[in-house]
Amino acid sequence: MLGYLIRRVLAVIPVMLLVAVFVFLLLRLTPGDPAAIIAGDMATPAQLERIREAMGLNQPLHIQFFTWVGQLLQGDLGTSLISRTSVSGMIADRMGPTLAIALLTILMSVALAVPMGVLAAWKHRSAADYAVMTFSVLGFSVPVFVIGYIFILIFSLKLGWFPVQGYTPISAGIGPFLKNAFLPALTLTTIYVALIARMTRANMLEVLGEDYIRTARAKGAPEGRVLFRHALKNAAVPILTVIGTGFALLIGGVVVTETVFNIPGIGRLTVDAILARDYPVIQAMILLTSFLYVLVNLLIDLSYSLFDPRIRY
Amino acid sequence: MAQTPEPASAMQPVLRVLRLPHLGLGQKIAAVVLVLIIGATLLAPWLAPHDPLTMNPLMRLKGPMESHPLGTDNFGRDILSRVLIGGRLSLAIGIATAVVSVLLGLVIGLIAGFFRTADAIIMRMMDALMAIPAILLAIALVALNGPSVGSVIAAITIPEIPRVVRLVRAVVLAAREEPYVEAAIALGSSMPKILIRHLVPNTLAPLIVQGTYILASAILTEAILSFLGAGVSTETPTWGNIMAEGRMYFRIKPELIMWPGLMLSLCILSINLLGDAARDMLDPRLQKRAG
Amino acid sequence: MFNRLTAALVASSVLTGVAWAETTVTAVMHSGLRVLDPVITTAHITRNHAYMIYDVLLAQDSQFQPQPQMADWAVSDDQKTYTFTLRDGLKFHDGAPVTATDVVASLKRWAQKDAGGQVIMDRTASLEATDDKTVTWTLNEPFVPMLDVLSKQSALPPFIMPARVAETPADQAITDYTGSGPFVFVEAEFQPGISVTYAKNADYVPRSEPADWMAGGKTVNVDTVKWVNMPDIQTAVNALSGGEIDYIEQMQVDLLPLLEGDPNIAVEVREPTGMQTMARMNFLHPPFDNEKVRQAALKAISQEPVLAAMIGNPEYYQICGAVLGCGTPLGSEADAETLTQGGGAEEAKALLAEAGYDGTPVVLMAPTDLVALATQPVVVSQMLRDAGFTVDMQPMDWQTLVTRRAGQAAPSEGGWNMFITNWMVPEISNPIANPMLNGRGNDAWFGWPNDEAIEQLKSDYIAAADADAQKAVAEQVQERALENVLLVPLGQYSLPQARRATITDMINSPVPVFWNLKKAE
Repeated sequence: MLGYLIRRVLAVIPVMLLVAVFVFLLLRLTPGDPAAIIAGDMATPAQLERIREAMGLNQPLHIQFFTWVGQLLQGDLGTSLISRTSVSGMIADRMGPTLAIALLTILMSVALAVPMGVLAAWKHRSAADYAVMTFSVLGFSVPVFVIGYIFILIFSLKLGWFPVQGYTPISAGIGPFLKNAFLPALTLTTIYVALIARMTRANMLEVLGEDYIRTARAKGAPEGRVLFRHALKNAAVPILTVIGTGFALLIGGVVVTETVFNIPGIGRLTVDAILARDYPVIQAMILLTSFLYVLVNLLIDLSYSLFDPRIRY
Repeated sequence: MAQTPEPASAMQPVLRVLRLPHLGLGQKIAAVVLVLIIGATLLAPWLAPHDPLTMNPLMRLKGPMESHPLGTDNFGRDILSRVLIGGRLSLAIGIATAVVSVLLGLVIGLIAGFFRTADAIIMRMMDALMAIPAILLAIALVALNGPSVGSVIAAITIPEIPRVVRLVRAVVLAAREEPYVEAAIALGSSMPKILIRHLVPNTLAPLIVQGTYILASAILTEAILSFLGAGVSTETPTWGNIMAEGRMYFRIKPELIMWPGLMLSLCILSINLLGDAARDMLDPRLQKRAG
Repeated sequence: MFNRLTAALVASSVLTGVAWAETTVTAVMHSGLRVLDPVITTAHITRNHAYMIYDVLLAQDSQFQPQPQMADWAVSDDQKTYTFTLRDGLKFHDGAPVTATDVVASLKRWAQKDAGGQVIMDRTASLEATDDKTVTWTLNEPFVPMLDVLSKQSALPPFIMPARVAETPADQAITDYTGSGPFVFVEAEFQPGISVTYAKNADYVPRSEPADWMAGGKTVNVDTVKWVNMPDIQTAVNALSGGEIDYIEQMQVDLLPLLEGDPNIAVEVREPTGMQTMARMNFLHPPFDNEKVRQAALKAISQEPVLAAMIGNPEYYQICGAVLGCGTPLGSEADAETLTQGGGAEEAKALLAEAGYDGTPVVLMAPTDLVALATQPVVVSQMLRDAGFTVDMQPMDWQTLVTRRAGQAAPSEGGWNMFITNWMVPEISNPIANPMLNGRGNDAWFGWPNDEAIEQLKSDYIAAADADAQKAVAEQVQERALENVLLVPLGQYSLPQARRATITDMINSPVPVFWNLKKAE
């Protein structure tokens, strides 16, 4: 078990190194000049050259890469080209809203999707099953921003239940937080529910066909116990996995909902940085989200052994 | 994945999908809707009442009327014509993405599955690529390379490749343990021959399913890229950029989002439902239970 | 019944709250604040920020006249020596008094970057602090627009910073945001591109005169001003309707119907002279290296469709063929009939034929992410095509455009032929300040025209003895600018502002300022 743990954690290193190479090459091999951004709208070619020199942009690519990785390892994410403030500070400022909304989304999604998936599998080929399946396909088929706008139209503008935009941190109280965070989380939940409900249904269907379930039923175990204690516990592993792989999807959704609901999170930070060519911020954000993805999936891998007694290392 | 006794029969599930009577009612409706949408976009140059680019600034943001059945946009262009023509590029981007990512994924996956030495390197690269959130990678690719149709296709394709590679590799790894593949190797068949004759057919069925999902998600991703400001120019309309341009007018002219949104959603819904149907038919485990 | 009761309860609790509540004005400005140094960028949002936290030596009033703000002035009889005397009570936010040394350092840093400042510096014999309160500026020769340049409100006004900050090299951003203006920058709450908070500067001593544009007493009547950035104008409109924000600096005219009929909201045009939108060509590369082809493009373009597509409601735009703007002292609309009335397509075709245009594509850069710039290229490209041009309209975000327009490469190698941008009319209303009228080749603004005639006219303008003589030169400038097509004026527009009715007494200046205004609860 310990050996596996170490191997699994060490495997993160080459992946992250490759991500760093990708990101670095992506930004350096595409057109665009960080020096021009720093120099502003009245720069002369001589000024540009001076800035390039000062930033080390004239050095060979591999030297630039190692300089950058060296700084990264010392925890230095660099300085934003546009606002000239530290990138780590910017990210720290913007992390809270994104994490809070992502967690709320996962909570709401799991609370909705797992019962939906269990119901669909239990009443296989019933009207309930088709309803769940249709809903879950629908979640994948409508663009997130359209869902967001429809929610705003109904819940904010017509009914006046929620503000149309903005964010209040949890520290200001759970009520005010939920008032702002509920609609964006609900918007994201529509995709995530689709994903998790599908996976829950598929795995429950598979598990419900297994011998030990038939045995449990034959022994007269109550149906609820069969479904939730025996079946769901065994179907939990793939469901967990999908929550992990869905993390990337969640990041994508967060980027869009933060724009729709005007939430100052890291999703908007990244999109703004990309559109403004703020290279240090783009590099840091792609690295960070990738690292989070790898981390989440690592944790889920490791938690398999908790949920599935058959997996032992 | 299912174990397939020999290559010839590997084609059978694929053929089975093509036999329509297996479809349920919902799937038949989906098929009809999809055919209608594809038909409408293919015939768009003849169906569209106006040139989708002709502006008339004095006829901006008008409601539905006889000459403009869905009204006009903020340049006074005909919305119906733009939605019809826009579907062509949306679908084309989706299809191009699906084909390119499946083909590239197939080649890379075959190499990874068959050559142990390449496997480790390729799979670490795929892990890294998968770790980068697809939408961020795509926006970055488009924003940095300029928003042409080509770079949008590339930007949506690249993040899809690792999923295809993993799928193909898994199938190949399972198949290469099969006696007929081992026999072929022992008999000294050349590597390309083994790959093409024995391994590619095995991957076909799951790839078709995966391809439909990629097609659906690529159409959606194009819309999201446009929404975030990294899509193709509205001089070449797509469902995505019509919505992106119209979002500012959502409250005074919801048609600009609703119509392309409806077409796009129906289209993706149909593709997904048909993809599910294909998957159910190709997966013998589900077949058994259904039967 | 129940509703009315609740409403009354809510209202009474709000009213009792007034005595205690801090007043905060939440405003959505035209873009997010990212750059905090008003010398390194001409971005309007940075200038607006600077007006919050810095003070200026002289300021422009609503008659475009220079007025004392931090200092009074005296001019010597030979018009060569200007003496500025700082008024009493000026203090930086850190408590230190504002001295003449701070002023001199700030002016010197500003003059390295500002076009007007450079012109003055070229004529400067000395600029020094003669004592704590006195700045003496001696010129080699008289320079009539001296006070106009020092009091201008845009691109770039000379803001006064502490000497230690002003010693930062002019091409490096400052990192210390101490000013002496009516508001204090709350650094801890600054989120670049998202929000910025200003607190009332309790130590600020306003002038006694009433506020008049940027001149007069800057009395602050609220505790906090918060600027939040909302990239989606519709979100801002929704938030204003819901009372989540108090103010929108630039409304999209198309969305005005959403606010109409709401008694809690007022919509009005703040800038009396508005903005000019205009196209600029690249003089270095075909096809626009040929004067005839440039003239053909000018003839092909008509303003009305551009403005109609951009703004919609004619109440908010004005067709104007004047290079120096309409409603300005110097604006002239000579030679601009095809722009203002259309109908130049045939002339354009004839000019193209005469020039032997071979179909070289015009690379027109089209920003997609700024609402105020997204529509013009689409309309212009159609008009150019109608006149026989081949147009390659390339969509890109504004930041890419800004990077690309600085490059002199050929259009086929990542360069460009044409782009469109907007100016505040005061920025382009005189020949010296107007960046497009710089004819010094590589040292000129993007597009790099080499135009000795326009340079000569500008010298004539500086030498002009009085307003009439200036106006006569300005007329010639208009003719020359259109003959050589230094720019294509596309017309003027004003984006109205929208505010909650609780916000009153806003100053009607081109720069949105937050002193003087009051907020009722």
